[in-house]
Amino acid sequence: MAGPVTYIAQVLSLIRKEMLALVKDPANRTLLFMPAIMQALLFGYGATYDLTHAPYAVLDQSRGAASTELLARLDGTGVFERVATLTSSGQIAAMIDSGEALLVIALPADFEARLAAGREAPLQLILDGRNSSTAGLASAYVGAVVAAYNGTRGVSTPVTIERRAWFNPNLESRWNMMPALIAALSMMQTLLLAALSVAREREQGTFDQLLVTPLTPLQILIGKALPSMLVGIFQSTLIFLIILFWFQIPLNGSVWLLYLGLAMFTLASVGIGLSISAVSLTMQQAMLYTFMLIMPLMLLSGLLTPVRNMPEALQVATFVNPLRFGVDLVRRVYLEGATFGDVAFNFVPLLAVAAVTLPLAAWLFRNRLA
Amino acid sequence: MSDGGATITATGLRKTFAGPDGHAIAAIDDISLTVHPGKLTALVGPDGAGKTTLIRMIAGLLKPDAGSLCVLGIDVAADPQAVQDRISYMPQRFGLYEDLSVQENLDLYADLHGVPQKERKERFARMLEMTDMARFTERPAGKLSGGMKQKLGLACTLVRSPDLLLLDEPSVGVDPLSRRDLWKIVQQLVDDEKLSVIVSTAYMDEAERCAQVFVMNRGRLLAEGPPGDLKKQAAGLTFTATPPEGMPARELQARLIDAPDLIIDAVPRGGSVRFIRRPEADEARFFELLHDALVEARPEEIEDAFMMMLRRQERQDRKTPAEPAAASVAAKRRDNPDKPVIVVRDLVRKFGDFTAVASTSFDVAPGEIFGLLGPNGAGKTTTFRMLCGLLPATSGHLEVAGLNLRNARAEARGRIGYVSQKFALYGNLSVRENLEFFGGAYGLRGKALRTRIAASLERFDLDPAMQSGLLPAGYKQRLAMATGLLHEPDILFLDEPTSGIDPLARRAFWHTITSLAGDGVTIIITTHFMEEAEYCDRIAIQDAGEMLALGTPRAVRKEAGDEGMDMNNAFIAIVEQGRAARNRKPSAA
Repeated sequence: MAGPVTYIAQVLSLIRKEMLALVKDPANRTLLFMPAIMQALLFGYGATYDLTHAPYAVLDQSRGAASTELLARLDGTGVFERVATLTSSGQIAAMIDSGEALLVIALPADFEARLAAGREAPLQLILDGRNSSTAGLASAYVGAVVAAYNGTRGVSTPVTIERRAWFNPNLESRWNMMPALIAALSMMQTLLLAALSVAREREQGTFDQLLVTPLTPLQILIGKALPSMLVGIFQSTLIFLIILFWFQIPLNGSVWLLYLGLAMFTLASVGIGLSISAVSLTMQQAMLYTFMLIMPLMLLSGLLTPVRNMPEALQVATFVNPLRFGVDLVRRVYLEGATFGDVAFNFVPLLAVAAVTLPLAAWLFRNRLA
Repeated sequence: MSDGGATITATGLRKTFAGPDGHAIAAIDDISLTVHPGKLTALVGPDGAGKTTLIRMIAGLLKPDAGSLCVLGIDVAADPQAVQDRISYMPQRFGLYEDLSVQENLDLYADLHGVPQKERKERFARMLEMTDMARFTERPAGKLSGGMKQKLGLACTLVRSPDLLLLDEPSVGVDPLSRRDLWKIVQQLVDDEKLSVIVSTAYMDEAERCAQVFVMNRGRLLAEGPPGDLKKQAAGLTFTATPPEGMPARELQARLIDAPDLIIDAVPRGGSVRFIRRPEADEARFFELLHDALVEARPEEIEDAFMMMLRRQERQDRKTPAEPAAASVAAKRRDNPDKPVIVVRDLVRKFGDFTAVASTSFDVAPGEIFGLLGPNGAGKTTTFRMLCGLLPATSGHLEVAGLNLRNARAEARGRIGYVSQKFALYGNLSVRENLEFFGGAYGLRGKALRTRIAASLERFDLDPAMQSGLLPAGYKQRLAMATGLLHEPDILFLDEPTSGIDPLARRAFWHTITSLAGDGVTIIITTHFMEEAEYCDRIAIQDAGEMLALGTPRAVRKEAGDEGMDMNNAFIAIVEQGRAARNRKPSAA
């Protein structure tokens, strides 16, 4: 009796209902694009490891031509900004403690004399180690400035490093971060949307009404998964466009491959979301589970810190995290222009997650004991 | 109370709310009333009459938009706290802490109200004795039945002695047995402590127990007075008609209610039809209408007067459109009229150690209206959910239209319709979108779908563009029915479909149901309105998971002791007999 046309028509009417319910709610409508745009801009401007305008203080006890030139070079990088000129070593601690300066450069009184005599002239760098990564970065910059200064003085350095950073010539952390957001930001929304979709119906009692219709669990699954996926991909597109046109980070790979990867990644996310939804009895439960899950998913994704740096056990755990492979896939396609062959292995764990969570969700629709 | 003045005086009271669609709705529309101390006073009216709003204003929780309101001699709007210090208010859903025990709940409310320790012991003992809960003090409140929770709520409200007790629909969702207990407690308080009590209710029989009754509808006061005075307006117009042998009472009832120019109201009750004659009814036509029935006069009741007032207001307002036409669905062809459509054998459902349904067996024939009745927690909803395939049975045999819906193929589910207890359609979709979705889910599309939707909209008098979540309760229920019937099912499942809708809408609803059954649709219905059992061909009464009675309403009444008693009393008698038998069993074994 139920031919393929009827089957598809039934699924389509469910999809239509889901989309209508989504669009008709004004709160939902803003949720569809506002957070994605806001977060993309916030991350683009706010979340950067690059050092700019790092405040520093100087204690120049030599007051010679050499020290003046060195400091001028430091100021000229644009990375550092002098906030104070100290007169005694007693003032150093206060500068660092108060956080007024990230680092203090102390040039000893015999600095000029030692240089003139052709001897080694040490300068002291006091760093605020409370934020180790910025401190490290700042010290590296100062090192580079000093090395350059040494070069002009004709001091020979036997080995020099010529750096060429591929895919991100200026090593801007924004370039590293932003493409990954195409996957990460939309995941939060997709996960939440999928997690709420069944839980909302259970809470409002409409799910029973749905279960007594001739719709099969598979049909309900497709009808629930597709709208969430569409929303996820729509949000990814928004972020993609912001990155490409607003932040002007060039796309090196194929758009088609990017979207194939995103589709697969979104499918896995929706699978997780629907499984959460199917075990939850209320929207509150579904939200709680989702928020509990989002944090580890983000941390173990390689979005903020490389997976390589994690302990062995956690690295294994990342294999069930679709975001890890989503982030990796998008980054590689976007920045390095990877081909399908290069990123094919990313599809395997994504498919595996989808293959487990989606049938689980479908089974739970009917077998979750109320 | 020391002062001899009125407990409450209200003049020109008005309160409007912004409706869900933005229009202002007058919840209280120019009400003036006086309530006297030491009496039991009832606010009676259907849902949405404004009872809760009025009670909340008296309790100082809402400010009136206009008019004045004095409670215990204090202007509520000016000093709500002074009023609140002297009253006790039990809202519809009382805030019990479900994880705390009965005793802990009492302690908590005593603490909140600052009841001195030395007074507590005596007060608690009296409350526990009155509510018959001394045995359950250690039980968590969440594990009590609906009726017991309500009694505990009342006990918590009364941890201190107020000057005025406000009860907002204390008997909603409470089965007849618990309702009776609850009223006994309230009556005792009035008699023993000379407490002034204001209680709101939608049950007419409850109003009859009160000294003073205010009848409300749509924010207006329709009448006031002692019940005896109120019902006088129906004097001489109330009759009982007994149908000829072999004709179900509901058929006669349908005939009467279809003649609104002769009959004000008609309901089946105790195998006969109680009706109110229109005073100006034409004699000849009146006798023709009732030619085959045995008509006897009966004493008027407050419910008769209430129905007359409602119908009058409805006529004046002309807001309520005509009841949905009973246009018939194409008569169902029955493959085998004698073969039951539902077969249940030794059905059992356990939740852990708890047996929700114990070994239940029954059959339902095609075209039958089958009612599942029982107190809260009796197992009727569990049975119902198993029948619809929403819950697996622990053991036993279950067949609906020859299949077990739980594991039947999808098409089998296409043969049943389902209307749930709560409004379970998509509130932010329009009426048409809901119908389109469910039609689509049932495999209807194109022209067939459009035709059915058009027919449903006309039949249930629905506006397709309305957002379904904003419909009034009665219309939501119509939409739920329209949705359940869109695919012309063989069997229609209805779970407490009439709770929360007013008496007129309920009459209209049953009109639709009886005409559906006439067309051969099998109806399975649960209800807690006992008088609605009279519309059923057969009913099953469950308590504590056991089937206590099964048969025609007449047979069940006979089993209860008296064929002529009303269903409410029959129900109480049967449940009590069942409980007594259960209590005897362990000692005999």
